[in-house]
Amino acid sequence: MSDARSPTALQALRARIAAIEAHGQAPRGVLPFGVAALDASLPEGGLLRGALHEVAGGGQGMLDASCATLFAAGILARCPGPVLWCLTKADLFAPALAQAGLDPDRVIYVEAADDKAVMACFEEGLRHGGLGGVVAEVARLSMLTSRRLQLAAERTGTIGIAVRRWRRPADAADFGQPTAAVTRWRISALPSAPLPVPGVGRARWLVELIRNRAGECADFMMEACDETGHLGVFANLAHGSLAPPAGQRQAVA
Amino acid sequence: MRRLPGSAKPSPDAPLVLLGRQGRRRVVMAADAQALALGIRPGMAATQAHALVPDLPSLPADPAEDAAGLQRLAQWAQRHYAPIVAADPPDGLLIDATGATHLAGGAQAMLAGLVRRLTEAGIQARAAMAATVGAAHALARRKANPTLVDSTAGALADLPIAALRLPGDIVAGLQRLGFEHIGALEATPRAPLALRFGPEPGRRLDQAFGRRAEPITPVTTPDLPQVHRVFAEPIATAEALALWIAELTRALCAVLDGKCLGARRLDLLFHRVDAGIAAIRIGTAKPARDAKHLARLLCAQLDGIDPGFGIEAMTLAAPVSEPLDFQPAASRLGEAPVADIAGLIDTLTNRVGQARLYRLAPVESDIPERAMHKIAPLAPPTRLRWPPQWPRPPRLLTPPEPVETMALLPDNPPVQFTWRGLRRRVRRADGPERIYGEWSRHTAERDAVRDYFQVEDEAGQRFWLFRAGDGTHPETGSHRWFLHGLFG
Repeated sequence: MSDARSPTALQALRARIAAIEAHGQAPRGVLPFGVAALDASLPEGGLLRGALHEVAGGGQGMLDASCATLFAAGILARCPGPVLWCLTKADLFAPALAQAGLDPDRVIYVEAADDKAVMACFEEGLRHGGLGGVVAEVARLSMLTSRRLQLAAERTGTIGIAVRRWRRPADAADFGQPTAAVTRWRISALPSAPLPVPGVGRARWLVELIRNRAGECADFMMEACDETGHLGVFANLAHGSLAPPAGQRQAVA
Repeated sequence: MRRLPGSAKPSPDAPLVLLGRQGRRRVVMAADAQALALGIRPGMAATQAHALVPDLPSLPADPAEDAAGLQRLAQWAQRHYAPIVAADPPDGLLIDATGATHLAGGAQAMLAGLVRRLTEAGIQARAAMAATVGAAHALARRKANPTLVDSTAGALADLPIAALRLPGDIVAGLQRLGFEHIGALEATPRAPLALRFGPEPGRRLDQAFGRRAEPITPVTTPDLPQVHRVFAEPIATAEALALWIAELTRALCAVLDGKCLGARRLDLLFHRVDAGIAAIRIGTAKPARDAKHLARLLCAQLDGIDPGFGIEAMTLAAPVSEPLDFQPAASRLGEAPVADIAGLIDTLTNRVGQARLYRLAPVESDIPERAMHKIAPLAPPTRLRWPPQWPRPPRLLTPPEPVETMALLPDNPPVQFTWRGLRRRVRRADGPERIYGEWSRHTAERDAVRDYFQVEDEAGQRFWLFRAGDGTHPETGSHRWFLHGLFG
């Protein structure tokens, strides 16, 4: 672990591999989270543009994926350009996305009939190249489809986020299957810090990086997206001894 | 008739009949709803009608003008709804909706929209959609309005035989034999029927049940930009069709180029060897003249085309076109060009339908369900925002689900609540955010009040609950609790 961070030889090697991989493709940028611990755990120092990322809700939020949706909205809020949001079930409440920093003028919704149609729209959006990002709410994501999506994203440099949602908790076992996505995240709600007065403070999330190509898995405790789409670091932990500082724990998933 | 200009326009409050000649008699050719209510029926002698209603306003019937009007209506329907439309005199329109409903947001939405637009234009319309022309013809005239049927045979069985488009004397003869419904006629052996009434009843039955083809010859609009290609040999493979689609779009774009137009709708008709016509219709979000893009949109719809024994001719027309103006990609020097996503919007629209591709713009309403409305994906930016003070959940339950709670009245949040069989203890809560009913929209909401609370349970899950009513006055609501959204 410590070796992976310090020597420049490995980084030079990574750069060469990246150059080989990027042959003939659109230049890929990186979208940093602006949180040092999170960015450090990703090999490129941020979320790769021109790649497919997977996000799912954890625990009780598995079926509605509310936290995961806001997480995705926060990422797209920081990408310029119009955003395509593909869904099958129109239960999304747009004002919440606006509160995560995603301008309503930028989001185009497409309500497809089934998962297959969602995938087709998703791929079409990634392939076009004029969009800032594409989100799709899907249940199943096979290796083959995700590979197609990943290739489409690589070619145009558009960021693609698959928000995984299932109808039944049993279906969520599908989330363990491998896909071609570059990163895979699981976002679950954490109890928020008690306020000195009655009320509810800023939401807190457990952000688990379950899969990370060319990097290590990790999990973080974060404050939810603010109105510009940025995650926050805990200012002070309410139970100081409960958890080590964010980002230094190793994943168990 | 009520849309005549100037002083010739009949008053909308009085009954109106059209009088014409049948042989040597003057008869009522048509009567409006008010005249029908007064007991006047089409076919009644004019003198009898005048005797019933002394100063009955009447106009001379003009069959030629009626036919021309129906033709114009068919052309209008062809522009707006489907590529294959034909006038069905004296009072009907035939629309082959195959391959065209996707742009209107589905068959049901297309029927409802068609009836609404005709009604707004002052035309009483009844519409039905079925698998065959005969069935649709019968259902439109006999069933509730508008009707969409999946099982043609089931829907036809209990209709009277007069709905079968048979001459009056055959209908009367069949009724004398005791046939009342189409189902009974269908179940009877054919040979005695044919012996007595000729081939007509059998033919109409076969047409209605789809055993005999009934091609529609579509109306054509003169001076429409269109190109037509006839092939030496019938073609049937997808590759050959795609090749010819590319060729036709190139030719059509050249035609459009000469007129400085861009296409908003494209109709592609495949003329089959067996005289049937299959059609594809596509729409674009902005006027387009890019042959490659249009060909790609058309080819994406090829799956639904059955070439049968082969296609011997193809016609590509642009029923709706608009002036095409080019705009510079970047408005200022040095500025990054804004990517044009109209092409993507077209592709998606033709895949999922116009109604399913939208942006959501804020509406000034405190009721969460009404806080937004759908606008076109390429509409100019509204620059409207929702008020940012109160947190809103990313998932909304429609309709709100009732929950069982324990809460102190009038304004405390619940201590615990049970949703979908799971009891949750509330750890933290914020509220109430009081939302008043919109009395200006619905009188029933005059006193209605909702008190919204954001609550967090022990696991950190956040919920958006509301109580119907202010907790004190029973007229403001039932004081029951509902879960309206999930924050995650």
